[in-house]
Amino acid sequence: MASVSVSTTLNTDEVEFLCQADETLLDVLRNRLGLMGAKEGCGTGDCGACSVIMDGRVVCSCLVLGAEAQGKTIETIEGMAQGSELHPLQKKFIEHAALQCGVCTPGFLMAAKALLDANPSPTEEEIRFWLAGNLCRCTGYDKIVRAVADAAAEMRGEAS
Amino acid sequence: MSFDAEFRNQQFKSVGSRPLRPDGIDKVTGRARYGADFNMPGQLVGRVLRSPHAHARIVRIDTSRAEAVKGVKAVVTAADLPDLTNGDAELLHILDNCMARTKALYDGHAVAAVAAIDAKAAREALKLIEIEYEVLPHVVDVDAAAQSDAPLIDETLFTGGVEPKPAKPSNVANRSEFGHGDVDAGFAQADVIVERSFRTEQAHQGYIEPHACVASCNPDGTADMWVCTQGHFVYRQICADLLGLEVSKLRVTSSEIGGGFGGKTHVWAEPVALALSRKAGRPVKLVMSRDEVFRASGPTSATSIDVKIGARKDGTITAAVAHLRYTNGPYPGMWAELGAMTSFACYDLENVKTVGYEVLVNRPKVAAYRAPSAPMAAFAVESAIDELAGKIGMDPVAFRIRNAAKEGTKSSYGPVYGPIGIGPTLEAAQSHPHMSAPLGPNQGRGMACGFWFNFGGQTCTDLNVNADGTVTLAVGTVDVGGSRASLSLIAAEELGIAYDDVKAVVADTATLGYNDMTDGSRGTFSSSMATISAARNAIDVMRHRAALTWDIPVEDVVWEDGHAKARGENYGNLAPLSVKDIAAESGKTGGPIAGHSELVADGAGVSFATHICDVEVDPETGATRIIRYTVIQDAGKAVHPSYVEGQYQGGAAQGIGWALNEEYIYGEDGRLQNPGFLDYRIPVCSDLPMIDTQILEIPNPNHPYGVRGVGETSIVPPLAAIGNAISNAVGVRMSHIPMSPPRIRAALDGGAGS
Ligand code: FES
Ligand code: FES
Repeated sequence: MASVSVSTTLNTDEVEFLCQADETLLDVLRNRLGLMGAKEGCGTGDCGACSVIMDGRVVCSCLVLGAEAQGKTIETIEGMAQGSELHPLQKKFIEHAALQCGVCTPGFLMAAKALLDANPSPTEEEIRFWLAGNLCRCTGYDKIVRAVADAAAEMRGEAS
Repeated sequence: MSFDAEFRNQQFKSVGSRPLRPDGIDKVTGRARYGADFNMPGQLVGRVLRSPHAHARIVRIDTSRAEAVKGVKAVVTAADLPDLTNGDAELLHILDNCMARTKALYDGHAVAAVAAIDAKAAREALKLIEIEYEVLPHVVDVDAAAQSDAPLIDETLFTGGVEPKPAKPSNVANRSEFGHGDVDAGFAQADVIVERSFRTEQAHQGYIEPHACVASCNPDGTADMWVCTQGHFVYRQICADLLGLEVSKLRVTSSEIGGGFGGKTHVWAEPVALALSRKAGRPVKLVMSRDEVFRASGPTSATSIDVKIGARKDGTITAAVAHLRYTNGPYPGMWAELGAMTSFACYDLENVKTVGYEVLVNRPKVAAYRAPSAPMAAFAVESAIDELAGKIGMDPVAFRIRNAAKEGTKSSYGPVYGPIGIGPTLEAAQSHPHMSAPLGPNQGRGMACGFWFNFGGQTCTDLNVNADGTVTLAVGTVDVGGSRASLSLIAAEELGIAYDDVKAVVADTATLGYNDMTDGSRGTFSSSMATISAARNAIDVMRHRAALTWDIPVEDVVWEDGHAKARGENYGNLAPLSVKDIAAESGKTGGPIAGHSELVADGAGVSFATHICDVEVDPETGATRIIRYTVIQDAGKAVHPSYVEGQYQGGAAQGIGWALNEEYIYGEDGRLQNPGFLDYRIPVCSDLPMIDTQILEIPNPNHPYGVRGVGETSIVPPLAAIGNAISNAVGVRMSHIPMSPPRIRAALDGGAGS
């Protein structure tokens, strides 16, 4: 099978890569571009561990073809911190102990970032339903929901 | 050096605080490396071919066409993993489970594997492996498998634990019995007796990270493996035994682990990856798909349990009996035995008897799942206890308090308890505001108790004091949920230094002595013991260095608040020396400073919990929502309370999923129908409320800081707590887990619980 040549914007950088036509964006990120933050928990769109943001929307990168990234803007967990300054969500996840094993964390952070980008003051219910596409088997979600709510408050400039 | 593990009541400075975890940044930036996140130069892609049949004799395997595929570098079958187990049946079963030898014993059983330059070539090769099967009758149901006319999974197996030895082989691998007193006499004294049968379906641990490893066999007979595991030392031992390697020649590094819950205490594909690498002469990366994880790795048992409990009108239990049948998959285990041991462990009983039966079925080999076997037994017992309380007309909490085990109670499984937390968790539940909160229509409240033994085991730790006075702690227990933070707190506490001055790492098998698995809630318990011991040894060294510096006898140097201090009137002008002071001079006073510890951590304190749960049942659809949930559990001492709470919440959420949704569904053909997260539905964020926690601290007398294991007990009570809540909400007693909408609808229609 001939390779496809793709140009995309990845974490604000212009990036070009070759991939097979049937290769997923997740495989491209992990195997060709060395970005291993997105995880494969299922490969079928059911766990959210592979979540990235494409043109502002959370997508399961296991369900997107690498070729579909052409001309798009992709954000992954590796681009979330600004230099050594963590995103408020990243800080709050650590502070609230919102991760145990942490394998779901990159996906949750991507999904939560897209939520707060779209809705700076989500209710608990909105947080829970927005994050319902991301599975976490360790935490029971309690501390994740609190971390997201607290990060939202901090980003709104409210003291936590 | 002997180690005094006795509990000493003390004021803590570090222990009990909530600092940031040392691996946090890596995990929120995507830098942490899990099983599949490691690559080696020249690495091949491994793939496994699995049986589509639940039970079939392997007549012939032809791999020649697969080997001819371009890019394929090795194909292995059982012939490449010869039996080196030397009569060790358990090890042979592990080998057979990794790669079927004569029969495929369940849908998903590995039968061959390939290594190729890319996934495409590997997939193509799998399709070209020709296998001739002779399909055999199969059995997946626990009760059907125990019948004398069931298809036999192992024709050479005779039920153990019965006298005389049975004349015919059976799928019942073993019978075990526990208890004391005279149960017949006990039932004769009872005013009320509840007798009921229960079933629970098979659930999976559901860790989000599939099994993954990279194996590399070298031409000189050495090998390396990178793997996600709960116990890299144990994996090393088993893999070395199965492949005929010397233990020292196989170096295993544990990756960050994306959840295990018991499922990563057993080897699955790792020996296969090594065999592929050995044959191909190149490193091989083998990662399971989610489908493979469900079909071929670690589910818990499906069970069928009969319980009978009698009590006097005054609320005293007079006798209790349980018969427990647990599926083991196709190889004998001790899952029913654990169920039989834990069934009545919460209670102080005069007459009690439990009998466990290990039942072989054509399902994947059962693996530990968080307090393995206890949740199912607790579902049966705690449901019956609730029903009994109702019949006597007693409040269910008061009834349990009346019968609760306490210090000095002879447990139903044998040992006499020391100080324990069942009574205190029940009393805390009784006075908890949750207990008296109002309920709406179709809502009900339930509660239940749970028990887990906790384990200790072999542990080895290294503590190095660096020249700048900071400390590196190397532990051999895999960090599954924050233990590096907890162990750093412990080292800081014992040495009297700041948490930030300690950095804990998990060492590989070549750099530290043997450590048992992170299982049985032992990680923090046992490694904290070894850390305290190592810190005390380092303190001894530092006292000697201070004595040398001051030129005084070491007996006159004490360790206080992180400083060596000269004790005695003559030394008034000697300023105390801090760890940093002593470390800075170490090059001149005798070289590097370290404390080492190797021990068997005995005396893991047993753990108890009480859960309270409110549900709302939709009588039309049978769907149940958890609207409020409270976990009360004894931690002994919560080293890092945030991660203790996390264990309580995570276990409760897993229990909720099991109680309401999760189950292995088999077709008539013995194939698993739902090997994916879409159809095997674990709880998502919008399914759950906040999970409130209350940590009790009843010190474990056998640990210097009073620590008990905390990881497992939280999954034990939810099944029963939710069953009891549903019973209180809509008036039907559920006896079949999961209590899914169709089962609740059926119960509402017919009054039966299944
Ligand atoms: S790996 Fe993409 S959703 Fe699970
Ligand atoms: S922290 Fe382990 S899956 Fe979420």
